[in-house]
Amino acid sequence: MVEKRIPQLLVEDNKFCPGCGHGNINRVVAEVLEEMGLADTTVGSLAVGCACLMMDTFGVDWIQAPHGRAAAVGVGVKRVRPECCVFTYQGDGDSLAIGLSETLYAAIRNENITAIIVNNGIFGMTGGQMAPTTLSGQRTTTSPKGRDVSITGQPLNIVNQCRQLPIGYLARGSVASAKDINKLKKYIRAAFETQMSGGGYSLVEVLSPCPTNWKMSLEKSLEHIENDVKPIYPLGEFIKKGEKTDA
Amino acid sequence: MRKSKLSEYKMIQHLERCKGCGFCISQCPSDALYLSESVNSKGYPVAKIDEGKCTKCAICYTVCPDYVFERVKGA
Repeated sequence: MVEKRIPQLLVEDNKFCPGCGHGNINRVVAEVLEEMGLADTTVGSLAVGCACLMMDTFGVDWIQAPHGRAAAVGVGVKRVRPECCVFTYQGDGDSLAIGLSETLYAAIRNENITAIIVNNGIFGMTGGQMAPTTLSGQRTTTSPKGRDVSITGQPLNIVNQCRQLPIGYLARGSVASAKDINKLKKYIRAAFETQMSGGGYSLVEVLSPCPTNWKMSLEKSLEHIENDVKPIYPLGEFIKKGEKTDA
Repeated sequence: MRKSKLSEYKMIQHLERCKGCGFCISQCPSDALYLSESVNSKGYPVAKIDEGKCTKCAICYTVCPDYVFERVKGA
């Protein structure tokens, strides 16, 4: 048995809504950076949305990019300071709608950074609008009758897009249970290890609840992830050390 | 190295951080957590530990999005 102490990198209480998964992901990232001895040499790149609330409460150096462009700015930081650990932390609306081009081209060039993408299926900070990741039939403030994929296209699966690319590491985790969170920590550690060993681009997508904008209790939100989201966005490690897995 | 005993640890709670989401309550394998009637300064009802049932497994630490729980040495 060991102590379980809140990482020192979490310098203030977080500012997320009750039940929001960002808090779990923040803690897991902080734990991994501290355990790997990277707390003092890490630079995070943020763009917009709820993810940016992390800037005030997470004690690494931060740089804020224009809307969606965290990957482009993060790549710039990494190129001039290759000794630093550089990661982007974005929601799905930020990284996959506004900034899809920057996210994908960082992967296509196999840039040696780590991308953490939080998928809650909506634009959170602006009030729960439909995002590229919104499920078919899912109700949002801009798809009140449910997403019609015949008009808006199918949900965007960034793991499937990146799986074809020669990148270092690719995984999808979740914060819907203690078991999922423990696995997520393993994935995030592997992603940072890939970067620090020069293994190229690493991406971890995280399925996360947004009870506020889903207009559900946390319990219902977790059931929604288990029953509706995971079948569309399955969990696992899809590329390890540059090699595709069987997942 | 001597293994640490369960009795050498205690759970502590930072109740001012709690937002009453109930994630810890739904995941606790010992049913040792409950939503109390007391409210913190942010206005949220807070989750509390039933010491009699708690096994100090610290799953509440793992799942809490608001850094309420810690398991530390010291009886």
